[in-house]
Amino acid sequence: MADDAQVDLKEEVAEAVAPFDPSKKKKKKKKVVIEEPTDEVENVSEKIENLSVSESLESTFGDKKKKKKKPVVTDFSNDDILDAGERLEGGEIDEENEEGKGISLGTPQLPWEGTDRDYKYEEILYRVFNILRENNPDLTGDRRRTVMRPPQVLREGTKKTVFVNFMDLCKTMHRQPEHVMTFLLAEMGTSGSLDGQQRLVVKGRFAPKNFEGILRRYINEYVICNGCKSPDTILIKENRLFFLRCEQCGSSRSVAPIKAGFVARVGRRKPGT
Amino acid sequence: MSELNVQIPTTFDPFADANAEDSGAGAKEYVHVRTQQRNGRKSLTTVQGLKKEFSYSKILKDVKKEFCCNGTVVQDPELGQVIQLQGDQRKNVANFLVQAGIVKKDRIKIHGF
Repeated sequence: MADDAQVDLKEEVAEAVAPFDPSKKKKKKKKVVIEEPTDEVENVSEKIENLSVSESLESTFGDKKKKKKKPVVTDFSNDDILDAGERLEGGEIDEENEEGKGISLGTPQLPWEGTDRDYKYEEILYRVFNILRENNPDLTGDRRRTVMRPPQVLREGTKKTVFVNFMDLCKTMHRQPEHVMTFLLAEMGTSGSLDGQQRLVVKGRFAPKNFEGILRRYINEYVICNGCKSPDTILIKENRLFFLRCEQCGSSRSVAPIKAGFVARVGRRKPGT
Repeated sequence: MSELNVQIPTTFDPFADANAEDSGAGAKEYVHVRTQQRNGRKSLTTVQGLKKEFSYSKILKDVKKEFCCNGTVVQDPELGQVIQLQGDQRKNVANFLVQAGIVKKDRIKIHGF
């Protein structure tokens, strides 16, 4: 195979890597082996190990090939290795699940049921959370996350963007629309205003995702309490400084004022200047 | 007898820390990397707040070479010098500045979407 790899580089490039790849066949074989009905758990695990070895070999193969081609591609090959690892893990977990199902069809579906192997951290964690959820659901870590509706964005003409539910979002955050607006405009480096129906009109083209990202940053900086992570806060202005006070835990912190920063001159210049 | 009220001079300076931090060449100063939309799908990237000691033109020269883009150093009346680059180079610039050791990673603020 190594000899094959040293065939003309051009050919290699011309042909996709897939037909050339000898390792794929290998994989298939291995998979077939696994799919054969095996009753003993240990066998399966052994085979998984085999698989892992072969996969790692593959990835090293890939590495070599790609290195010959271009040094730049090495990153991808690294990814490949990672991928292989992930796949392997996934496979392992699947196998384990199957084990669990096969052996204990009863109510407690614990992956280690029936086997005498060591527990894994994730499994034990999972179990703890299950118990916690059953007995008192309030204590589970997934606190009611603040759900915000995604920003609805329309295009007005080609050069302007309308943020439709701007007011709604401001209300859910309990923030002054002006404050949110200044932040958005400063971050996007454009100008804009509120129109008659209290929508935000921004100059420039922006996707909803962009708004979402900026709003997320706004919430992190100006809404969420640092201590308890609750969004139940109010923004107070005290002698020119903005302070964020949490309604839940009573803590307060100062927040940075919004500065527009440098805005380059875009567009046509006046003929005079 | 009334020596209790006398202030004992110590070498401890309560403001030493604060001063030292300030003199750390703007320890709290962020380098702001922004982007701005132009016409069509063109955009601009501005880098503001680099330390004054650096030679902006030299940085610019390397950046231009690295990212294959044009750029200038703009003199702003309030903010001093600002590097302006063509295209959306926010991530590139941030990486470059960190790798060149010009700014620490947590001192860079990337704005925009």
